[in-house]
Amino acid sequence: MTTLLVLIVLVLVAIAIWQMTKMFEFAQLKTNSSEIANDSDNKYNGYLLFAFLIFIYGITIFSFWKYSKVLLPEAASEHGSGYDYLMLVSFIIIFFVQTITQALLHYFGYKYRGEKGKKALFYADNDRLEFIWTIIPVIVLAGLILWGLYTWTNIMDVNDEDDPLIVELYAQQFNWTARYGGEDNVLGAANVRMIDIDKANVLGLDESDSYAADDIIVKELHLPVGRKVNFKMRSQDVLHSAYMPHFRAQMNCVPGMTTEFSFTPITTTEQMRQNPDVVDKVKRTNALRAEWAAEGRPNSDPWEFDYVLICNKICGKSHYNMQMKIIVETEEEYNEWIKSQKTFAETVMVADGREPNFNPVGAETAELSYGTQD
Amino acid sequence: MSVTAQAHVEDHAHDHGHHHKETFITKYIFSQDHKMIARQYLITGLIMGFVGIAMSLLFRMQLAWPGESFPIFETLLGKWAPEGVMDADIYLALVTIHGTIMVFFVLTAGLSGTFSNLLIPLQIGARDMASGFLNMISYWLFFLSSVIMVISLFVEAGPASAGWTVYPPLSALPMAQSGSGMGMTLWLVSMTVFIASSLLGSLNYIVTVLNLRTKGMSMTRLPLTIWAFFVTAVIGVISFPVLLSAGLLLLMDRSFGTSFFLSDIFIQGEVLHYQGGSPVLFEHLFWFLGHPEVYIVILPAMGIVSEVMSVNARKPIFGYRAMIASILAIAFLSTIVWGHHMFISGMNPFLGSVFTFTTLLIAIPSAVKAFNWITTLWKGNLQLNPGMLFSIGMVSTFITGGLTGIILGDSTLDINVHDTYFVVAHFHLVMGISALYGLFAGVYHWFPKMFEGKMMSKNLGYIHFWITAIGSYGIFFPMHFVGMAGVPRRYYENTAFPMFDELTDVQVLMTVFALITAGAQLVFAYNFISSIFYGKKGPKNPWNATTLEWTAEVKHIHGNWDGPIPHVHRWAYDYSKTDENGEYILPDQDFVPQTVPLQKDEEELNH
Repeated sequence: MTTLLVLIVLVLVAIAIWQMTKMFEFAQLKTNSSEIANDSDNKYNGYLLFAFLIFIYGITIFSFWKYSKVLLPEAASEHGSGYDYLMLVSFIIIFFVQTITQALLHYFGYKYRGEKGKKALFYADNDRLEFIWTIIPVIVLAGLILWGLYTWTNIMDVNDEDDPLIVELYAQQFNWTARYGGEDNVLGAANVRMIDIDKANVLGLDESDSYAADDIIVKELHLPVGRKVNFKMRSQDVLHSAYMPHFRAQMNCVPGMTTEFSFTPITTTEQMRQNPDVVDKVKRTNALRAEWAAEGRPNSDPWEFDYVLICNKICGKSHYNMQMKIIVETEEEYNEWIKSQKTFAETVMVADGREPNFNPVGAETAELSYGTQD
Repeated sequence: MSVTAQAHVEDHAHDHGHHHKETFITKYIFSQDHKMIARQYLITGLIMGFVGIAMSLLFRMQLAWPGESFPIFETLLGKWAPEGVMDADIYLALVTIHGTIMVFFVLTAGLSGTFSNLLIPLQIGARDMASGFLNMISYWLFFLSSVIMVISLFVEAGPASAGWTVYPPLSALPMAQSGSGMGMTLWLVSMTVFIASSLLGSLNYIVTVLNLRTKGMSMTRLPLTIWAFFVTAVIGVISFPVLLSAGLLLLMDRSFGTSFFLSDIFIQGEVLHYQGGSPVLFEHLFWFLGHPEVYIVILPAMGIVSEVMSVNARKPIFGYRAMIASILAIAFLSTIVWGHHMFISGMNPFLGSVFTFTTLLIAIPSAVKAFNWITTLWKGNLQLNPGMLFSIGMVSTFITGGLTGIILGDSTLDINVHDTYFVVAHFHLVMGISALYGLFAGVYHWFPKMFEGKMMSKNLGYIHFWITAIGSYGIFFPMHFVGMAGVPRRYYENTAFPMFDELTDVQVLMTVFALITAGAQLVFAYNFISSIFYGKKGPKNPWNATTLEWTAEVKHIHGNWDGPIPHVHRWAYDYSKTDENGEYILPDQDFVPQTVPLQKDEEELNH
């Protein structure tokens, strides 16, 4: 595949060079050796401008044909479908404008290429034309602005209606930790100044805060489908960004403050694995990974789709591998899972420092979530 | 005031240049002549550009073939690429310094510095800048900052690597990243010197444009290049000091333990004392410059394109006043849109709404400019010189890159593409490539002015343009898809996520295009250098342009015009103007220089 792409590029370059040499020859046929474009230069570059228009359309079609499949699958959150729809409409507008303006630009470049003796039109102004192409963008953009702002206000309205699940996402170089409010669904107070590594209180929870006792600290994010989740983000060292692309969700984690984002997952991990696009993607990816395994490359085991939380704000050396698995499951599965997790009181407050500070996860994910520790 | 200043200059007109004994040092090094300073800016900018582009090739290779060993890595990066495998820290450093160099050193100083210096005095009819001495200082501060930036590459712990936006706490804490030690200090020092240079230059440009225009050169007769440089300088004066304050506060947080941007930090097993600062504050200060900065980069390119396009289309620029109005509108709006870089920074979502509104507004003047350029081509007699091709190319990439700005400027849509490759593709097309095209258009067009009548080879210019044009789209068009697949920027490699595995193909494609495109820049470098020495001499006014610079002496003299400064009688765009009978105003000549008085019965169609 890669070879094919490289070949295509090389062919394109070869064509370009061939055209170029042709142009050279024609240019040199003329005895006129000035460095100012003559009619023949204008002619060939005019043709090339037209060819370039076709190239732009070509690379657009090629990219859509070849790369549409790599795009994210349909949104797995409630607000995500609105997001995707707005994106689609914006893209239709963009491609409409792009197709027309590029055509005009390059076609004019081809059509009006200079010839000796030709007279250009002295055309300096036309108020009506300018009014038209001012007012059309005004109207279109006004529509997009209003629609965008309406959606934005809804997405960013983090409130306590509908009994949301409260989850803290805690970022540090280079891993994520999640904390649930527990029975009372209220997060206990916390601050980096209360971090006590010896007692394994790594999130700095206030041990004297009664709300903290039942908090549950985990390394794998489980969410019940259909229930709103209010995320409270914290960071202990540098800026991070909690990016959950499948849910169309992202918010920076800022040391010194708590940031918020809220969404309702609507598709379980199991359901998403059945999604035809995802099935195809997994198939393609695993075919690739099988090839790699055959070459003896590391990191080429078969892959099973999972939602991920990834860091999307440069945070240091291992920024590229700061992730946490997200599992969306049914209410029952979630309840069962959360029940099996130990609370802060059970792990840290009684611990003598030798116990694990939070709930263990599967070996495979643990390895990923810790990232590379340097 | 303007009259007195002018009189003053004219009084001294005749003792400029002729009587001074020029030594090598005063002529080539500490020159106060704007034409020499322009050349110094250009050559320094191009050298920095060479470094910046070379860096991008290194990290593009790492992205396409992650973890692969390349001997070239070991040669260039030394201990940062043991056995030819690039280290993750140096990857971030390369990305950071590439961004810094390209934005500030190439596209701000190299583009605006070069052409503002060259064209402002020549096109407004002045003997030199208002202050040649400050102008000289401005260049040498720029040179100094370039040297410091280059020195920072050789620091033991590595150069700054927190991204070109240097967000604290990452940039403030050497514990968070090795590059945040000495490397970051040098970065800040270099930028401080750079800002001083930029301010001195900008103030000079503003004063010169306002005060030293020749007789008859009203503001509405100025070529659009001058308008663009003038407004660019104004934005620079407004916004660069804010970056200076951000840099100084960051320096204090780093060195003196203040807490402007830092709070509640626990790193490497200990709590730091910082309390009450906010990284979000830094983001506000940074982008208060950072956003106008992209217009500081693109406006001069727009001015150059307007001028080059009109000259080569043999037509007046369409909608001259609308072009000025849109430059002013863009300049104004550019100072109130910075928050669109921060939609998900944790600032109040209501602020996000305001910034969405202002951001999408800026699309309107931009659209007007694009349509006006297209109309300028319509029914022209296009002379497709390399400068003209780069101008057309600039409009093309500006449209392609600008349109995706509608997505990023919309706070809702930004959520999922923020900080992904979608952003990288967007800004490289709309300000990186477009501004570079503007730079190239300017270099090809004004090379004869810069190097005493010598011209660059057009055929090499055509090769340069076409490979660059194809390559740029080849790199950045597919990149949008990578972004929409959710791939974050500034990732050393994407192998930690199987969901990105199938994107490796795209990465390879982009890197191959990048290598080819960079190769084409060597053609330019060869053409540029060989033309300086062996370029064919062209006529005094090779492109048949109306503007004043082509009436100045071909041979560089201090003072530009041997005789008195020419007076101006019309605007800069009387191309193919005809009388009622359809005959050219001047017989057998499709342009009327600005110095030619209005002819009998000629109407001044000054739009």
